[in-house]
Amino acid sequence: MSVLEQILGATMVAQTLRMAVPYACAGLGGVWSERSGVVNIGLEGMLLAGGLGGVVGHVATGSAWAGVALGALVGAALAAAHALVVVRGRVDAIVSGLAVNLVAAGGTRFVLRALYDSSSNSPPVEGFRTALLGGGSGAALLVRTLVDPLTLATAALVAASAWTLGRTRFGLRVRACGEDPVAAAAVGVDVGRVRLAAVSLGGAICGLGGVALAYDQHQFQSGMSGGRGFIALAAVILSGWRPTRAAAACLAFAALDALQIVAQDRARAASGYVVQMLPYAATLVALWLIARRRGEGSIAGRPPAGLGKSVD
Amino acid sequence: MSERARAAVLSTVAGVAAGWLALALLVWIYGESPRDVAAQLLSGTWGMPYGVGQVLYKATPLLLAGVAVDVALRAGLFNVGAEGQLAVAGLAIGTVGAGLGPTAPGWLAVPAVVAAGALAGAAWAVVPALLRARFGANEVISTIMMNRLADAGIGLALAVGLAIPGTVRTPDVAAGARLARLDSFGLTSLHGSAVSVALPLAIVVAVLVAGWQARSRVGREITLVGLSPTACAAERIPVARRLAGAMILSGALAGLGALAPVLGYKGYFESGLGAGAGFGGIAVALLGRGHPVGLLLAALLFGTLEQGGLAINARVPMEITTILQGVVIVAVALADARIRAALVGRRA
Repeated sequence: MSVLEQILGATMVAQTLRMAVPYACAGLGGVWSERSGVVNIGLEGMLLAGGLGGVVGHVATGSAWAGVALGALVGAALAAAHALVVVRGRVDAIVSGLAVNLVAAGGTRFVLRALYDSSSNSPPVEGFRTALLGGGSGAALLVRTLVDPLTLATAALVAASAWTLGRTRFGLRVRACGEDPVAAAAVGVDVGRVRLAAVSLGGAICGLGGVALAYDQHQFQSGMSGGRGFIALAAVILSGWRPTRAAAACLAFAALDALQIVAQDRARAASGYVVQMLPYAATLVALWLIARRRGEGSIAGRPPAGLGKSVD
Repeated sequence: MSERARAAVLSTVAGVAAGWLALALLVWIYGESPRDVAAQLLSGTWGMPYGVGQVLYKATPLLLAGVAVDVALRAGLFNVGAEGQLAVAGLAIGTVGAGLGPTAPGWLAVPAVVAAGALAGAAWAVVPALLRARFGANEVISTIMMNRLADAGIGLALAVGLAIPGTVRTPDVAAGARLARLDSFGLTSLHGSAVSVALPLAIVVAVLVAGWQARSRVGREITLVGLSPTACAAERIPVARRLAGAMILSGALAGLGALAPVLGYKGYFESGLGAGAGFGGIAVALLGRGHPVGLLLAALLFGTLEQGGLAINARVPMEITTILQGVVIVAVALADARIRAALVGRRA
C-alpha cells in the first residue's frame, strides 16, 4: 500500500477519531470553564483523574457504564474544587489549576498503589469492546470506533455544548459571566453559582475524555494523559473559545497523532518530535494573531472579556 | 513586624499546617500510622547527614526556579515556563560542558557552562516575553506552550545527535566543568549526597537579585510596572521593555537551576533530569513572598518533601508529597486571600 493510500484509508480515519475523543472532551471542558470566566489549566489533571475514576468504577462493578459515571463524577468533583477555590476562595486560577494538576498526578498514583498495589498501572478492563466487530482490518477498526458509545457521546456533547452555550438561557448566563461578571451580577445572575456549574460541567466532560483514554488502552497507566490536557487547552485558544471549532482543532491534532501511528514504520524518530511540536507552535502563532488583532473591534476569536475577573 | 509581614507568616504557617494535616489524613487512609510515617519522613531527611545533603541538593534548583518565578511575579507576570526553561538549559549545559573537551580548565569551563545555562533559559523565555510585552498576549498560555515545545524539542535535539547514539543522555561534561560536591570540602558526613557548590551559588544569586530589585533603577522599575503599568507608562517608564526584561531574566535564572542536577550530580544531561523543579519553583515563589530568606525556606520545605517522599516510600506511596505540594500552595493562597479580605474589611 502506498503512503497516500494509508493516509486516506479507513485505519487513518479510525485512528484519528480514536485519538480525537479525549482531546475533544478536554477541549469542551476548557471551553465551558473559560467561557464562564474561569481560567482552567487543570484540564490535564481532570483528564487523568477522570481516567482513573473510570477504571476504578469499571473494576469495582464490572460495568463499563458505571466507570463512565464515576469518571465523569471525579472530573466534575475536581473541577468543582477548582471553581470553589477560585470563585469563593479568590485564589488565582493559575495557582489553583497548577494545584489540580499536582493533586491529580500524585493522587492517581496514590490511589493506584492503594487499590491495586502498583504505582504504574491498573488491572485490565474490558471497556466497550464489542465481540461482534472483531478483526484487525482498518474498516473493522473504523466501524468499532464509530459505534463506540464514547465516540458517539463526544460527538453529541460537541453539538449539545454548542447549542447550550449559544441558544439556551443557561448558556447565555455562562457567557454573560465570562464577558462581564459585574454586569451579569447587576442584572441578578448569581455569577459564583453559574461559574461553579459551568466549570463542573466542563470537568465532567473532561473526565469522560479520561475514561475514553483509559478504555481505549484497556487499563489506566499513571501519567497516561501525557500532555493531552495542554493540547486541548491549545485547541481552546485556537478555536477562539468556541465548542465546534475547538472540536475541529482537536480533530486536526488527532489526525497529526494518527499520521504518526499509521506512518510509524516510515517515520524516523525525529519527524515524530516535529509533529508533536506543531499544535504548540500553532497556538503561539494564534496567540500572536489574537493579540495583534485586539483593538480592531473584531469580536470573533478573542478570549472572553471577563476571563479571570471576579465580581468585585 | 509589619502588618503585611505578619499576615504573610500567618498564612504560610496555616498552609504548611494544612499540608501536614493532609499528609496525616492520606497516611491514615492508606492504613499506616501518621505518627510513624511523619517520624520516618523527618529522620530520613533532617535526621541524618546524607538526608540533609539530599534535601539541600533538591532545594538548589527549587530555590533558583523560585527566584526566577518571583522576578517575573514582581513585574506582574506569571512565568509558568520555568520548567521548560530549566530543561532546555540542562541540555545546553550538558552539551556545552561536553563540547569543551576533557582538558578544559575550570576557570574557562565553569563560566562557559553557567553562561550556556543562563542564555538557554533566557532564550526559551524570549517568545513569551515579546508576545506579552509587544502584543499583550497572555504569558501563562505562551509559557505553557513553550514547556511542551521544550519537551518535544529536547527529544528532537537528543535524537538528531546531541545524545550518545542509542541513549537519551549527552556525553560526560569536562571534568573542569563539574561543580564540586560539598563533601569534598571536608564536610565528609554529607558523603554520598549530591549537594554541591551550586547551593551556595544559588543563595548568592537569590541575595544579589533581591538587592538588585531593591536598589537598582531597573529593578525598582520592574516592581513598579508590576504594581501599576498605566502609572508607569504615564511616568515614561518603558513598560514593554521592563516586562520583557523581567521575563527574560526570569528565564535565565530558571536556566541556572539546571546547574545542580547536571554539573553537581550527574555530570551529563539526560532526558527528564531536573523535571518538576520548574513547577516546584512556582510553589516556592508563592510561599517565599519575594524575600530571599522566604524563598530559601520554601525551597528547603519542598526539598524536604521531595526527599522525604523517598524516605517513606516503603510504607506509603511517595507521590503523597506531590499531592501535598498542591495542597500547600492552594491552602497558602486561600489563607492569603482571607487575610487580605480581613485587612481590607478592617480599614473600611
